[in-house]
Amino acid sequence: MKKYKVNKTYLEINEKIKSGEVVVVTAEEIIDIVKKEGSVEAARRVDIVTTGTFSPMCSSGAFINFGHSVPTIRASEVWLNKVPAYAGVAAVDCYIGATELCEDDPLNKVYPGEFNYGGGHVIQDLVAGKNVHLKATSYGTSCYPNRMIEKEISLRTLPSATLCNPRNGYQNYNCAVNLTNKTIYTYMGTLKPKAGNANYSSAGELSPLLNDPYYKTIGLGTRIFLGGGIGYVTWHGTQHKPSVKRTKKGVPLTPAGTLWVMGDLKKMSSKWLVGVSIQGYGCSLAVGLGIPIPILNEEIVQYAAVSDEEIFTQIVDYGHDYPNGISKSYGQVSYAELKSGHIEFKGEKIPTVPLSSMVMAREIAETLKKWILQGKFMLGEPQFTLLR
Amino acid sequence: MYSKILILRFPETEVEKPIVCYLVKDYDLTFNILNATILPRKEGIMVLELSGSRKNFREGVQYLKSQGVHVKNASQEIRRDNKKCTHCGACTAVCPTGALSIQRPEMLVVFDQKKCSVCELCVSACPPRAMEAKPTSKIFFE
Ligand code: SF4
Ligand code: SF4
Repeated sequence: MKKYKVNKTYLEINEKIKSGEVVVVTAEEIIDIVKKEGSVEAARRVDIVTTGTFSPMCSSGAFINFGHSVPTIRASEVWLNKVPAYAGVAAVDCYIGATELCEDDPLNKVYPGEFNYGGGHVIQDLVAGKNVHLKATSYGTSCYPNRMIEKEISLRTLPSATLCNPRNGYQNYNCAVNLTNKTIYTYMGTLKPKAGNANYSSAGELSPLLNDPYYKTIGLGTRIFLGGGIGYVTWHGTQHKPSVKRTKKGVPLTPAGTLWVMGDLKKMSSKWLVGVSIQGYGCSLAVGLGIPIPILNEEIVQYAAVSDEEIFTQIVDYGHDYPNGISKSYGQVSYAELKSGHIEFKGEKIPTVPLSSMVMAREIAETLKKWILQGKFMLGEPQFTLLR
Repeated sequence: MYSKILILRFPETEVEKPIVCYLVKDYDLTFNILNATILPRKEGIMVLELSGSRKNFREGVQYLKSQGVHVKNASQEIRRDNKKCTHCGACTAVCPTGALSIQRPEMLVVFDQKKCSVCELCVSACPPRAMEAKPTSKIFFE
Protein backbone atom coordinates (compact mmCIF):
# COMPACT_ATOMS: atom_id res chain seq x y z
CA MET A 1 0.00 0.00 0.00
CA LYS A 2 1.23 3.46 -0.82
CA LYS A 3 2.02 5.85 1.99
CA TYR A 4 0.18 8.79 0.46
CA LYS A 5 -3.11 9.21 -1.37
CA VAL A 6 -1.57 11.66 -3.81
CA ASN A 7 1.74 10.80 -5.46
CA LYS A 8 3.35 13.06 -8.04
CA THR A 9 6.86 13.18 -9.42
CA TYR A 10 9.03 16.10 -10.49
CA LEU A 11 8.84 14.72 -14.03
CA GLU A 12 5.04 14.73 -14.05
CA ILE A 13 4.87 18.29 -12.76
CA ASN A 14 7.43 19.44 -15.34
CA GLU A 15 5.33 17.79 -18.07
CA LYS A 16 2.37 19.83 -16.83
CA ILE A 17 4.46 23.02 -17.00
CA LYS A 18 5.29 22.19 -20.62
CA SER A 19 1.69 21.46 -21.56
CA GLY A 20 0.42 24.52 -19.71
CA GLU A 21 -1.82 22.53 -17.33
CA VAL A 22 0.18 23.22 -14.22
CA VAL A 23 -1.60 24.76 -11.21
CA VAL A 24 0.56 27.17 -9.20
CA VAL A 25 -0.40 29.20 -6.14
CA THR A 26 1.64 31.26 -3.67
CA ALA A 27 2.42 30.25 -0.09
CA GLU A 28 -0.18 32.79 1.07
CA GLU A 29 -2.89 31.50 -1.26
CA ILE A 30 -2.40 27.84 -0.33
CA ILE A 31 -3.37 28.49 3.30
CA ASP A 32 -7.08 28.98 2.54
CA ILE A 33 -7.13 26.32 -0.15
CA VAL A 34 -5.98 23.65 2.31
CA LYS A 35 -8.37 24.98 4.96
CA LYS A 36 -11.33 24.73 2.58
CA GLU A 37 -10.51 21.65 0.55
CA GLY A 38 -8.35 19.62 2.91
CA SER A 39 -4.80 18.53 2.20
CA VAL A 40 -5.58 15.55 -0.05
CA GLU A 41 -7.82 17.51 -2.38
CA ALA A 42 -5.41 20.48 -2.36
CA ALA A 43 -2.47 18.20 -3.18
CA ARG A 44 -4.44 16.70 -6.05
CA ARG A 45 -5.32 20.07 -7.53
CA VAL A 46 -2.23 22.21 -6.83
CA ASP A 47 1.15 21.25 -8.31
CA ILE A 48 3.45 23.98 -7.04
CA VAL A 49 3.48 26.48 -4.16
CA THR A 50 5.77 29.48 -4.64
CA THR A 51 7.55 31.23 -1.76
CA GLY A 52 9.62 34.39 -1.46
CA THR A 53 11.73 36.46 0.87
CA PHE A 54 13.57 39.76 0.58
CA SER A 55 15.84 41.09 3.30
CA PRO A 56 19.46 41.91 4.08
CA MET A 57 21.37 38.64 3.86
CA CYS A 58 24.94 38.83 5.07
CA SER A 59 27.03 35.93 3.82
CA SER A 60 26.40 36.92 0.24
CA GLY A 61 28.94 37.80 -2.43
CA ALA A 62 30.12 37.25 -5.96
CA PHE A 63 33.02 35.52 -7.70
CA ILE A 64 34.30 37.80 -10.43
CA ASN A 65 36.74 36.96 -13.17
CA PHE A 66 37.97 40.25 -14.58
CA GLY A 67 39.98 38.94 -17.53
CA HIS A 68 43.66 39.25 -18.38
CA SER A 69 45.38 42.53 -19.18
CA VAL A 70 48.61 43.10 -21.10
CA PRO A 71 51.15 42.80 -19.61
CA THR A 72 49.58 40.10 -17.50
CA ILE A 73 49.04 40.37 -13.75
CA ARG A 74 48.62 37.84 -10.98
CA ALA A 75 46.53 39.98 -8.70
CA SER A 76 47.45 39.82 -5.01
CA GLU A 77 45.11 42.54 -3.89
CA VAL A 78 41.97 43.80 -5.63
CA TRP A 79 39.67 46.76 -4.97
CA LEU A 80 36.33 47.41 -6.65
CA ASN A 81 35.26 51.04 -6.23
CA LYS A 82 37.73 51.13 -3.31
CA VAL A 83 36.09 48.14 -1.63
CA PRO A 84 38.63 45.33 -1.10
CA ALA A 85 37.81 42.02 -2.78
CA TYR A 86 39.49 38.77 -1.78
CA ALA A 87 42.12 38.03 -4.41
CA GLY A 88 43.69 34.83 -3.15
CA VAL A 89 41.69 32.74 -5.60
CA ALA A 90 43.65 32.87 -8.86
CA ALA A 91 45.42 35.37 -11.15
CA VAL A 92 42.36 37.35 -12.20
CA ASP A 93 39.61 35.90 -9.99
CA CYS A 94 38.31 37.57 -6.88
CA TYR A 95 35.43 37.35 -4.44
CA ILE A 96 33.59 40.49 -3.42
CA GLY A 97 31.76 39.98 -0.13
CA ALA A 98 28.59 41.88 0.76
CA THR A 99 29.80 43.15 4.14
CA GLU A 100 33.22 44.40 3.03
CA LEU A 101 33.51 48.18 3.52
CA CYS A 102 34.92 50.94 1.40
CA GLU A 103 38.56 51.49 2.38
CA ASP A 104 38.18 55.08 3.53
CA ASP A 105 34.93 54.49 5.43
CA PRO A 106 34.93 56.36 8.77
CA LEU A 107 33.37 53.24 10.35
CA ASN A 108 31.97 53.82 13.84
CA LYS A 109 34.33 56.67 14.71
CA VAL A 110 31.33 58.96 14.95
CA TYR A 111 28.80 56.60 16.43
CA PRO A 112 26.52 55.38 14.92
CA GLY A 113 28.41 55.18 11.61
CA GLU A 114 26.53 55.46 8.33
CA PHE A 115 28.40 52.87 6.23
CA ASN A 116 27.37 54.34 2.93
CA TYR A 117 29.22 52.04 0.53
CA GLY A 118 30.40 48.45 0.65
CA GLY A 119 30.54 45.14 -1.18
CA GLY A 120 26.75 44.88 -1.42
CA HIS A 121 26.67 48.24 -3.19
CA VAL A 122 29.40 47.12 -5.62
CA ILE A 123 27.26 44.11 -6.53
CA GLN A 124 24.17 46.27 -6.98
CA ASP A 125 26.11 48.78 -9.13
CA LEU A 126 27.39 45.94 -11.32
CA VAL A 127 23.95 44.44 -11.92
CA ALA A 128 22.59 47.94 -12.57
CA GLY A 129 25.02 48.06 -15.51
CA LYS A 130 27.23 50.77 -14.00
CA ASN A 131 30.97 50.96 -14.52
CA VAL A 132 33.01 49.88 -11.52
CA HIS A 133 36.62 50.94 -10.99
CA LEU A 134 38.99 48.01 -10.53
CA LYS A 135 42.47 48.30 -9.08
CA ALA A 136 44.77 45.30 -8.66
CA THR A 137 48.32 45.09 -7.35
CA SER A 138 50.90 42.32 -7.43
CA TYR A 139 54.58 41.53 -6.83
CA GLY A 140 55.29 40.41 -10.42
CA THR A 141 56.33 36.98 -11.67
CA SER A 142 57.93 35.76 -14.91
CA CYS A 143 54.58 34.80 -16.36
CA TYR A 144 52.68 37.71 -14.76
CA PRO A 145 55.10 40.66 -14.71
CA ASN A 146 52.59 43.47 -14.17
CA ARG A 147 52.49 44.99 -10.68
CA MET A 148 49.48 47.21 -10.93
CA ILE A 149 46.45 47.68 -13.13
CA GLU A 150 43.49 50.02 -13.00
CA LYS A 151 40.50 49.70 -15.27
CA GLU A 152 36.78 50.21 -15.52
CA ILE A 153 34.79 47.02 -15.54
CA SER A 154 31.12 46.43 -16.24
CA LEU A 155 29.02 43.33 -15.87
CA ARG A 156 28.47 43.02 -19.61
CA THR A 157 32.16 42.87 -20.45
CA LEU A 158 33.30 40.65 -17.57
CA PRO A 159 34.27 37.12 -18.66
CA SER A 160 32.20 35.75 -15.77
CA ALA A 161 30.44 36.83 -12.61
CA THR A 162 28.67 34.42 -10.27
CA LEU A 163 26.63 35.23 -7.23
CA CYS A 164 27.63 32.73 -4.55
CA ASN A 165 25.99 33.16 -1.16
CA PRO A 166 27.16 30.76 1.54
CA ARG A 167 24.23 31.48 3.85
CA ASN A 168 20.86 32.79 2.71
CA GLY A 169 17.22 32.23 3.49
CA TYR A 170 17.50 31.60 7.23
CA GLN A 171 14.69 29.36 8.40
CA ASN A 172 13.25 31.63 11.08
CA TYR A 173 15.14 34.35 12.95
CA ASN A 174 15.18 36.05 16.36
CA CYS A 175 12.94 38.86 17.48
CA ALA A 176 15.34 41.49 18.86
CA VAL A 177 14.81 43.82 21.82
CA ASN A 178 17.21 45.96 23.85
CA LEU A 179 16.96 45.70 27.62
CA THR A 180 19.71 48.24 28.40
CA ASN A 181 19.12 51.95 29.07
CA LYS A 182 20.72 53.20 25.84
CA THR A 183 19.60 53.06 22.22
CA ILE A 184 21.70 50.55 20.27
CA TYR A 185 22.29 50.17 16.55
CA THR A 186 22.51 46.55 15.47
CA TYR A 187 22.23 44.37 12.39
CA MET A 188 18.65 43.95 13.60
CA GLY A 189 18.09 47.70 13.22
CA THR A 190 17.70 50.47 15.77
CA LEU A 191 16.67 49.18 19.18
CA LYS A 192 15.40 51.69 21.68
CA PRO A 193 16.21 51.30 25.38
CA LYS A 194 14.09 49.29 27.83
CA ALA A 195 12.49 47.25 25.07
CA GLY A 196 11.15 50.32 23.27
CA ASN A 197 10.64 48.30 20.12
CA ALA A 198 10.93 44.70 18.93
CA ASN A 199 12.49 44.04 15.50
CA TYR A 200 12.10 40.86 13.49
CA SER A 201 13.28 39.66 10.12
CA SER A 202 11.47 36.81 8.42
CA ALA A 203 8.80 36.66 5.77
CA GLY A 204 6.91 34.17 7.98
CA GLU A 205 4.29 32.26 6.01
CA LEU A 206 5.91 33.26 2.69
CA SER A 207 9.45 32.34 3.70
CA PRO A 208 10.93 29.44 1.67
CA LEU A 209 12.28 27.15 4.39
CA LEU A 210 9.30 27.68 6.69
CA ASN A 211 7.10 26.16 3.99
CA ASP A 212 9.17 23.00 3.73
CA PRO A 213 10.40 22.70 7.31
CA TYR A 214 12.04 19.26 6.91
CA TYR A 215 13.59 20.07 3.52
CA LYS A 216 11.68 17.27 1.80
CA THR A 217 11.88 18.97 -1.59
CA ILE A 218 14.89 21.30 -1.25
CA GLY A 219 18.46 20.27 -1.91
CA LEU A 220 21.36 20.33 -4.32
CA GLY A 221 19.96 21.29 -7.71
CA THR A 222 16.70 22.93 -6.62
CA ARG A 223 16.09 25.70 -9.16
CA ILE A 224 15.15 29.01 -7.55
CA PHE A 225 14.43 32.70 -8.08
CA LEU A 226 17.65 34.46 -7.09
CA GLY A 227 18.27 38.17 -7.37
CA GLY A 228 15.73 38.51 -10.17
CA GLY A 229 17.34 35.72 -12.21
CA ILE A 230 17.52 31.97 -11.93
CA GLY A 231 19.76 30.33 -9.38
CA TYR A 232 20.26 27.03 -7.62
CA VAL A 233 20.52 25.65 -4.14
CA THR A 234 23.97 24.06 -4.14
CA TRP A 235 24.42 22.94 -0.54
CA HIS A 236 23.11 23.53 2.95
CA GLY A 237 24.24 26.98 4.05
CA THR A 238 26.79 27.74 6.75
CA GLN A 239 25.36 27.53 10.30
CA HIS A 240 22.66 25.14 8.98
CA LYS A 241 21.23 23.66 12.14
CA PRO A 242 18.22 21.44 11.55
CA SER A 243 18.25 19.83 15.02
CA VAL A 244 16.51 22.67 16.90
CA LYS A 245 13.23 22.49 18.82
CA ARG A 246 10.18 22.50 16.58
CA THR A 247 6.41 22.76 16.86
CA LYS A 248 4.25 19.68 16.33
CA LYS A 249 3.98 20.69 12.67
CA GLY A 250 7.74 20.78 12.33
CA VAL A 251 8.25 24.55 12.32
CA PRO A 252 11.53 25.46 14.06
CA LEU A 253 11.20 27.72 17.11
CA THR A 254 14.65 29.30 16.67
CA PRO A 255 16.93 29.98 13.66
CA ALA A 256 17.47 26.60 11.97
CA GLY A 257 18.18 25.65 8.35
CA THR A 258 20.05 27.81 5.84
CA LEU A 259 20.80 27.66 2.12
CA TRP A 260 23.91 27.93 0.01
CA VAL A 261 22.82 29.42 -3.29
CA MET A 262 24.45 30.33 -6.59
CA GLY A 263 23.48 31.87 -9.88
CA ASP A 264 24.70 33.81 -12.89
CA LEU A 265 25.04 37.45 -11.78
CA LYS A 266 24.75 38.58 -15.40
CA LYS A 267 21.10 37.53 -15.48
CA MET A 268 20.15 39.27 -12.23
CA SER A 269 18.70 42.70 -11.54
CA SER A 270 19.42 45.64 -9.25
CA LYS A 271 15.82 45.57 -8.09
CA TRP A 272 16.42 42.26 -6.35
CA LEU A 273 20.03 42.73 -5.22
CA VAL A 274 20.12 45.91 -3.18
CA GLY A 275 23.19 47.19 -1.35
CA VAL A 276 22.21 48.26 2.16
CA SER A 277 23.79 50.42 4.86
CA ILE A 278 22.94 49.38 8.37
CA GLN A 279 23.47 52.28 10.75
CA GLY A 280 26.10 51.60 13.40
CA TYR A 281 26.72 48.12 12.02
CA GLY A 282 27.99 47.99 8.44
CA CYS A 283 27.04 47.10 4.90
CA SER A 284 25.18 44.15 3.48
CA LEU A 285 23.16 43.02 0.50
CA ALA A 286 19.39 42.61 0.44
CA VAL A 287 18.67 39.52 -1.64
CA GLY A 288 15.45 38.47 -3.30
CA LEU A 289 15.04 34.71 -3.04
CA GLY A 290 12.12 32.47 -3.94
CA ILE A 291 11.70 28.72 -4.01
CA PRO A 292 8.99 26.69 -5.75
CA ILE A 293 7.76 23.82 -3.65
CA PRO A 294 6.52 20.87 -5.69
CA ILE A 295 3.42 19.36 -4.14
CA LEU A 296 4.46 15.72 -4.41
CA ASN A 297 1.91 14.52 -1.86
CA GLU A 298 -0.57 15.67 0.79
CA GLU A 299 2.07 15.86 3.52
CA ILE A 300 4.07 18.47 1.59
CA VAL A 301 1.02 20.63 0.96
CA GLN A 302 0.20 20.45 4.66
CA TYR A 303 3.61 21.94 5.46
CA ALA A 304 3.29 24.59 2.76
CA ALA A 305 -0.06 25.69 4.19
CA VAL A 306 1.60 26.94 7.38
CA SER A 307 0.33 30.36 8.48
CA ASP A 308 1.79 33.16 10.59
CA GLU A 309 -0.25 32.00 13.62
CA GLU A 310 1.68 28.72 13.60
CA ILE A 311 5.18 30.16 13.24
CA PHE A 312 6.92 31.28 16.42
CA THR A 313 10.20 32.88 17.33
CA GLN A 314 12.07 33.87 20.48
CA ILE A 315 12.52 37.34 21.95
CA VAL A 316 16.26 37.91 22.39
CA ASP A 317 18.04 40.78 24.16
CA TYR A 318 20.60 42.37 21.83
CA GLY A 319 21.68 44.92 24.44
CA HIS A 320 23.42 42.59 26.87
CA ASP A 321 22.76 38.90 26.16
CA TYR A 322 23.54 38.61 22.45
CA PRO A 323 26.93 40.38 22.52
CA ASN A 324 27.90 38.23 25.50
CA GLY A 325 26.94 34.98 23.84
CA ILE A 326 24.10 34.34 26.29
CA SER A 327 21.27 32.49 24.62
CA LYS A 328 18.16 33.29 26.57
CA SER A 329 14.59 33.69 25.42
CA TYR A 330 12.39 36.34 26.99
CA GLY A 331 9.32 34.79 25.50
CA GLN A 332 7.87 33.25 22.37
CA VAL A 333 5.81 35.23 19.85
CA SER A 334 4.05 34.28 16.64
CA TYR A 335 4.55 36.06 13.34
CA ALA A 336 0.85 36.90 13.37
CA GLU A 337 1.48 38.91 16.56
CA LEU A 338 4.67 40.44 15.19
CA LYS A 339 2.98 41.53 11.98
CA SER A 340 0.05 43.04 13.89
CA GLY A 341 2.31 45.93 14.92
CA HIS A 342 2.54 45.23 18.65
CA ILE A 343 3.53 42.43 20.98
CA GLU A 344 3.03 41.93 24.69
CA PHE A 345 6.31 42.08 26.52
CA LYS A 346 6.54 41.95 30.32
CA GLY A 347 2.95 43.08 30.54
CA GLU A 348 3.40 46.02 28.22
CA LYS A 349 2.53 46.60 24.58
CA ILE A 350 5.60 47.36 22.50
CA PRO A 351 5.72 48.29 18.81
CA THR A 352 7.20 45.80 16.36
CA VAL A 353 9.40 46.69 13.40
CA PRO A 354 9.93 44.42 10.39
CA LEU A 355 13.26 44.34 8.54
CA SER A 356 12.20 41.87 5.88
CA SER A 357 9.94 43.21 3.14
CA MET A 358 6.62 41.40 2.79
CA VAL A 359 5.77 43.53 -0.24
CA MET A 360 8.86 42.33 -2.12
CA ALA A 361 8.49 38.74 -0.82
CA ARG A 362 4.97 38.61 -2.22
CA GLU A 363 6.14 40.00 -5.55
CA ILE A 364 8.82 37.29 -5.74
CA ALA A 365 6.29 34.52 -5.09
CA GLU A 366 4.00 36.06 -7.74
CA THR A 367 6.85 36.41 -10.25
CA LEU A 368 7.93 32.82 -9.78
CA LYS A 369 4.31 31.75 -10.25
CA LYS A 370 4.09 33.74 -13.48
CA TRP A 371 7.36 32.28 -14.82
CA ILE A 372 6.11 28.75 -14.19
CA LEU A 373 2.69 29.41 -15.71
CA GLN A 374 4.38 30.85 -18.79
CA GLY A 375 6.49 27.71 -19.09
CA LYS A 376 9.73 29.65 -18.59
CA PHE A 377 10.76 27.96 -15.38
CA MET A 378 11.02 24.20 -14.82
CA LEU A 379 11.49 22.47 -11.50
CA GLY A 380 14.99 21.25 -10.68
CA GLU A 381 14.92 17.87 -8.98
CA PRO A 382 17.47 17.79 -6.16
CA GLN A 383 20.25 15.19 -6.29
CA PHE A 384 19.82 14.90 -2.54
CA THR A 385 17.89 17.01 -0.07
CA LEU A 386 19.39 19.17 2.68
CA LEU A 387 20.72 17.60 5.85
CA ARG A 388 17.98 17.15 8.42
CA MET B 1 6.24 89.09 11.48
CA TYR B 2 9.16 86.82 10.74
CA SER B 3 8.86 83.06 11.15
CA LYS B 4 11.11 80.10 10.49
CA ILE B 5 11.43 76.46 11.36
CA LEU B 6 14.70 75.68 13.10
CA ILE B 7 16.41 72.51 14.16
CA LEU B 8 18.19 72.96 17.50
CA ARG B 9 20.75 70.54 18.81
CA PHE B 10 21.49 70.86 22.50
CA PRO B 11 24.74 69.47 23.88
CA GLU B 12 24.32 67.08 26.81
CA THR B 13 25.20 69.79 29.36
CA GLU B 14 22.47 72.15 28.16
CA VAL B 15 19.63 69.69 27.86
CA GLU B 16 18.26 70.38 31.35
CA LYS B 17 18.23 74.21 31.05
CA PRO B 18 15.04 75.99 29.99
CA ILE B 19 16.89 77.93 27.27
CA VAL B 20 13.91 78.11 24.97
CA CYS B 21 11.83 79.89 27.60
CA TYR B 22 14.26 82.82 27.59
CA LEU B 23 13.44 83.32 23.91
CA VAL B 24 9.97 84.34 25.01
CA LYS B 25 10.95 86.28 28.10
CA ASP B 26 13.98 88.19 26.86
CA TYR B 27 13.43 88.37 23.08
CA ASP B 28 9.69 88.55 22.77
CA LEU B 29 9.53 85.58 20.43
CA THR B 30 6.85 82.92 20.23
CA PHE B 31 7.51 79.30 19.47
CA ASN B 32 5.74 76.14 18.52
CA ILE B 33 7.58 72.89 19.25
CA LEU B 34 7.16 70.44 16.37
CA ASN B 35 9.35 67.70 17.71
CA ALA B 36 11.74 67.05 20.56
CA THR B 37 13.93 64.03 21.13
CA ILE B 38 16.81 63.13 23.40
CA LEU B 39 19.38 61.13 21.46
CA PRO B 40 21.24 58.15 22.94
CA ARG B 41 24.32 60.20 23.72
CA LYS B 42 22.11 62.56 25.73
CA GLU B 43 22.18 65.22 23.07
CA GLY B 44 18.78 66.86 22.63
CA ILE B 45 17.14 67.70 19.31
CA MET B 46 14.26 70.10 18.98
CA VAL B 47 12.46 71.21 15.89
CA LEU B 48 10.54 74.43 16.45
CA GLU B 49 8.88 77.20 14.60
CA LEU B 50 10.12 80.53 15.92
CA SER B 51 8.30 83.80 15.23
CA GLY B 52 8.77 87.46 16.08
CA SER B 53 10.27 90.63 14.64
CA ARG B 54 13.24 90.18 12.37
CA LYS B 55 15.58 91.89 14.82
CA ASN B 56 14.43 89.88 17.82
CA PHE B 57 14.64 86.71 15.77
CA ARG B 58 18.27 87.39 14.89
CA GLU B 59 19.21 88.23 18.45
CA GLY B 60 17.37 85.22 19.80
CA VAL B 61 19.26 82.91 17.49
CA GLN B 62 22.51 84.54 18.55
CA TYR B 63 21.58 83.90 22.18
CA LEU B 64 20.96 80.24 21.42
CA LYS B 65 24.34 79.91 19.75
CA SER B 66 26.06 81.62 22.69
CA GLN B 67 24.57 78.91 24.90
CA GLY B 68 26.28 76.22 22.83
CA VAL B 69 23.13 75.25 20.93
CA HIS B 70 23.67 74.24 17.33
CA VAL B 71 21.08 76.01 15.17
CA LYS B 72 20.12 74.86 11.71
CA ASN B 73 17.55 76.23 9.35
CA ALA B 74 14.91 73.64 8.61
CA SER B 75 14.35 74.99 5.16
CA GLN B 76 14.50 71.48 3.89
CA GLU B 77 12.09 68.67 3.60
CA ILE B 78 12.29 64.93 3.65
CA ARG B 79 11.38 63.04 0.54
CA ARG B 80 11.27 59.38 -0.24
CA ASP B 81 12.67 58.00 -3.45
CA ASN B 82 9.92 55.49 -4.07
CA LYS B 83 12.02 53.58 -6.58
CA LYS B 84 14.57 52.86 -3.86
CA CYS B 85 12.16 52.01 -1.06
CA THR B 86 11.93 48.26 -0.50
CA HIS B 87 9.17 48.54 2.12
CA CYS B 88 11.38 46.82 4.65
CA GLY B 89 10.01 48.82 7.57
CA ALA B 90 13.32 49.61 9.34
CA CYS B 91 12.54 53.35 9.36
CA THR B 92 9.42 52.86 11.47
CA ALA B 93 11.70 52.09 14.42
CA VAL B 94 13.02 55.65 14.50
CA CYS B 95 10.30 57.90 13.05
CA PRO B 96 8.95 59.84 16.06
CA THR B 97 5.90 61.35 14.36
CA GLY B 98 4.33 58.42 12.57
CA ALA B 99 5.07 60.00 9.18
CA LEU B 100 6.46 56.61 8.24
CA SER B 101 4.02 53.87 9.12
CA ILE B 102 2.94 50.43 8.02
CA GLN B 103 -0.31 49.82 6.20
CA ARG B 104 -1.73 46.46 7.21
CA PRO B 105 -2.37 43.77 6.17
CA GLU B 106 -0.34 44.50 3.02
CA MET B 107 2.70 45.55 5.13
CA LEU B 108 3.25 48.48 2.79
CA VAL B 109 5.35 51.27 4.29
CA VAL B 110 3.61 54.58 3.68
CA PHE B 111 5.20 58.02 3.96
CA ASP B 112 2.95 60.91 4.92
CA GLN B 113 5.02 64.02 4.41
CA LYS B 114 2.45 66.18 6.19
CA LYS B 115 3.29 64.43 9.46
CA CYS B 116 7.06 64.75 8.96
CA SER B 117 8.95 67.01 11.37
CA VAL B 118 12.20 66.91 9.33
CA CYS B 119 14.11 65.37 12.24
CA GLU B 120 16.14 63.43 9.66
CA LEU B 121 16.39 60.32 11.84
CA CYS B 122 15.16 58.13 8.99
CA VAL B 123 17.84 59.31 6.56
CA SER B 124 20.64 57.17 7.96
CA ALA B 125 18.30 54.53 9.40
CA CYS B 126 16.98 53.58 5.94
CA PRO B 127 19.16 50.71 4.68
CA PRO B 128 18.84 51.41 0.92
CA ARG B 129 18.97 55.18 1.55
CA ALA B 130 15.56 55.95 0.12
CA MET B 131 14.92 58.87 2.51
CA GLU B 132 16.54 62.12 1.48
CA ALA B 133 16.72 65.62 2.94
CA LYS B 134 16.11 68.12 0.15
CA PRO B 135 16.14 71.91 0.23
CA THR B 136 12.76 73.51 -0.13
CA SER B 137 11.58 77.00 -0.87
CA LYS B 138 8.20 76.26 0.60
CA ILE B 139 7.26 78.25 3.70
CA PHE B 140 5.67 75.84 6.14
CA PHE B 141 3.39 78.06 8.23
CA GLU B 142 2.22 81.45 7.05
S1 SF4 C 1 13.65 52.00 5.78
FE1 SF4 C 1 13.79 52.94 3.74
S2 SF4 C 1 13.45 51.21 2.33
FE2 SF4 C 1 12.76 50.55 4.35
S3 SF4 C 1 10.58 51.03 4.34
FE3 SF4 C 1 11.62 52.79 5.26
S4 SF4 C 1 11.97 54.16 3.54
FE4 SF4 C 1 11.47 52.20 2.64
S1 SF4 D 1 12.40 63.10 9.06
FE1 SF4 D 1 11.97 60.95 8.81
S2 SF4 D 1 11.97 60.12 10.88
FE2 SF4 D 1 11.78 62.36 11.08
S3 SF4 D 1 9.56 62.71 11.13
FE3 SF4 D 1 10.18 62.89 8.98
S4 SF4 D 1 9.83 60.83 8.16
FE4 SF4 D 1 9.84 60.62 10.40
